[in-house]
Amino acid sequence: MKQTMPAPSQAAEQELAPTPLQPIPPGPVPQAPPPRERRMIGITIDGQPVSVPEGSTILEAARKIGIDTPTLCFLESLTPVNVCRVCVVEMEGSRTLVPACSRKVEPKMAIKTDSERVRLSRKMVLEFLASSVDVSTAPQFAGYMERYDAKPERFGRNADTVEQPIKIDNDLYVRDYSKCILCYKCVEACGVDAQNTFAIAVSGRGFSASIATEFQVPLPDSACVYCGNCIGVCPTGALMFKSEYDMRHAGTWDESRQQQTTTICPYCGVGCNLTVHEQDGEIVKVTSPLDHSVTHGNLCIKGRFGWQFVQIEPAEKQE
Amino acid sequence: MILLWGSNARETHPIFFHHVLKGIHNGAKLYVIDPRRTSSAQWADTWLGLDVGSDIYLANAMAREIINSGLENTKFIEHATSGFEAYREHVQKFTLERAECETGVPAAAIKQVAHAYAGAGRAQLCWTLGITEHHNAVDNVVALINLALLTGHVGRYGSGVCPLRGQNNVQGGGDMGAIPDRLPGFQHVENDELRGKFEKAWGTKIPATKGWHISHMLDAMERRELTTLYCLGENPADSEADRHRALKLLSGLEFMVVQDLFYTKTAELADVVLPASAGWCESEGTVTSSERRVQRVRAAVPMPTGVRDDTEIIFDLARRLGHNWGEPKAECIWNELRSLSPMNAGMSYARLEEHGGMQWPCYDEQHPGEMFLHGRLWHDPLIGPRAPFSVVESVDPVDALDPQFPIRLTTGRRLDSYNTGVQSGWLNSPLRHEEAIDLSPADCRQYNLHEGDKVRVTSRRGSVVAPVRFDSGLRPGLAFLTMHFPDQVATNDLTIDAVDPRSGTSEFKATAIRIEKCLEQ
Repeated sequence: MKQTMPAPSQAAEQELAPTPLQPIPPGPVPQAPPPRERRMIGITIDGQPVSVPEGSTILEAARKIGIDTPTLCFLESLTPVNVCRVCVVEMEGSRTLVPACSRKVEPKMAIKTDSERVRLSRKMVLEFLASSVDVSTAPQFAGYMERYDAKPERFGRNADTVEQPIKIDNDLYVRDYSKCILCYKCVEACGVDAQNTFAIAVSGRGFSASIATEFQVPLPDSACVYCGNCIGVCPTGALMFKSEYDMRHAGTWDESRQQQTTTICPYCGVGCNLTVHEQDGEIVKVTSPLDHSVTHGNLCIKGRFGWQFVQIEPAEKQE
Repeated sequence: MILLWGSNARETHPIFFHHVLKGIHNGAKLYVIDPRRTSSAQWADTWLGLDVGSDIYLANAMAREIINSGLENTKFIEHATSGFEAYREHVQKFTLERAECETGVPAAAIKQVAHAYAGAGRAQLCWTLGITEHHNAVDNVVALINLALLTGHVGRYGSGVCPLRGQNNVQGGGDMGAIPDRLPGFQHVENDELRGKFEKAWGTKIPATKGWHISHMLDAMERRELTTLYCLGENPADSEADRHRALKLLSGLEFMVVQDLFYTKTAELADVVLPASAGWCESEGTVTSSERRVQRVRAAVPMPTGVRDDTEIIFDLARRLGHNWGEPKAECIWNELRSLSPMNAGMSYARLEEHGGMQWPCYDEQHPGEMFLHGRLWHDPLIGPRAPFSVVESVDPVDALDPQFPIRLTTGRRLDSYNTGVQSGWLNSPLRHEEAIDLSPADCRQYNLHEGDKVRVTSRRGSVVAPVRFDSGLRPGLAFLTMHFPDQVATNDLTIDAVDPRSGTSEFKATAIRIEKCLEQ
């Protein structure tokens, strides 16, 4: 009769120290704790009933039923600051219009997003901004102005503007505050919402308010660490990659000839997603997807600006 | 609670640190253990400025305090660990008072961090090269793992141990078996059954014993056992500790091939240079990040003329050696890997695309990937072997301080630069100044130095000249340099190649130096 070795008991096996020679057996698939249950809140928007989890905003509820609400100072990854007022909606029982981007839904709210009052308010916001600010490189503006029939020129040629000289004080990005609508997104991205560097804030009051470094010092003298996360959130092109600025200046910037490809940063091990914008075989700028769990659209100086090494001339490389 | 040990993540892993900052804003406590008061330490609730190389002393003293205060996780220790009794006995000699003398950290601060770590509902213990670039790197790591086992801060949602990897695919290199004792998927080359699987798939014999780390390769060059080198995407002529020795050994090779984007210092020594494409934007493939997330890299721009994809070069080389592997296709190579590496089996290109990358292990196409490891240790009954406590002694750095070499030089990265500067050197960073040696203001007073003064920095192996910069984050007796500008300041002329025999890492973090003001300024 064949002798068989008795199988080691499970307990004895567990006493064995792990050895690199043997793979560790798989365990249970790790689970995140279930998210807190949120009750659903029912409201009506433009007569349509919609139900969203408690804590959602009117903007989220409107988007759920396909109502397109204009936004300028809002971004999913930033805390709403309610400054641009372009997303305002009419709420039954409220004396004033309310900002859809930050106002949380409450049971039985009745919202109008396209009433005469809302349309007029949005039109006025767009006209005030576009009459005082250069919105020529703000991608959303033209569509919004057409939609609300905004005519900024009606304030006349003498309407005051925020026009000022462009600030070019480093090789990575430029600041053209003639294009700034004071949406605060850059301040938020530089502050607690992402970078926590606090290099910039709003300085001055009223019409002379502007985004500034401390004492208006040039960027290289400021706390700026050139992560470019402010550029990533700027809705008007006031903050622009130097590479893009130079190409626009030379008349060679052409988005119709550009391709975007998402890849992974070549530097540290965090695994940041980089969206490479390519034109005519060259990298012209680098951004990051807002909805990726690693970056939430944010990068550091190396990821955002550290790509020159792939497109230097061979002669230079040999030096 | 987040414990950052030997890591300046604010500068070296900036986007990871964004997540830390979110935690801080949500009420998490941050403790930073680092000889320097770095920009990461400035965010800490408490910074523990320990002396370079005293990490094990500190960890063992924390363990003693946790055990003697009854804060250890008895249930977890009994359920999932082994060797606790020996460990408990061993750490008894690491009293708070002695630890204060040995580490330079006040006893009260050690007590505070021990209680905070053991008492936290969830705690992450993260480290970087401050732990691993030592001659006793593996001991340092297991000293930290001991703490996680002691408190049960491992294998649970929100609790874990986390080495922050320094390069975009250094984890992936390990995953793919680019380490001396492993085949892809961390399958041990000395396990006959596992090796047999690869031999069968590849139709060839694989050497049954482990190979060499890079530091062991240098030793083998010295013994003339290693005479030919094929070096891909690495610049050891600048990056190795004790560079003079490395240069001599690399120059003495009979034959060296370098495959790189650039004509690096190493390429200058090569017999053949193969110009390669930039893997992250000119090629297709995958990389694995620090959180074990496998993600796709994609060709975004065409590669320059005269340059070829790494896999094309390797396939061509194989063809010249008489093996036709067909045409290289990144996805086919990946699928072959999936068929051999169980931890990657479920990660098809389609799924990587769909999920924005996936974390290994991912055993099949229904498996979601795992957001943390070691959950098995909490399973009842325990799955797999127990996790062992390790008894580790604290050993001083090899390069000892003495009156001739009284200052401790440590090294690291700055925010806008990377390793030997091969890539980052082309970035025109407004943050960048001339490479300088950072010294504490107190030392500068003692040596009568002003910012910008040139000093001669000398170690037992070499000497360099560098301008001085004040850094109030440095304690007296501590200096800091980077490897980023080897043409300005060849820091590795100073460093010591005392190597951890198990990890193969040199002790870049601890060099004994002296400084003298240059007469010619």
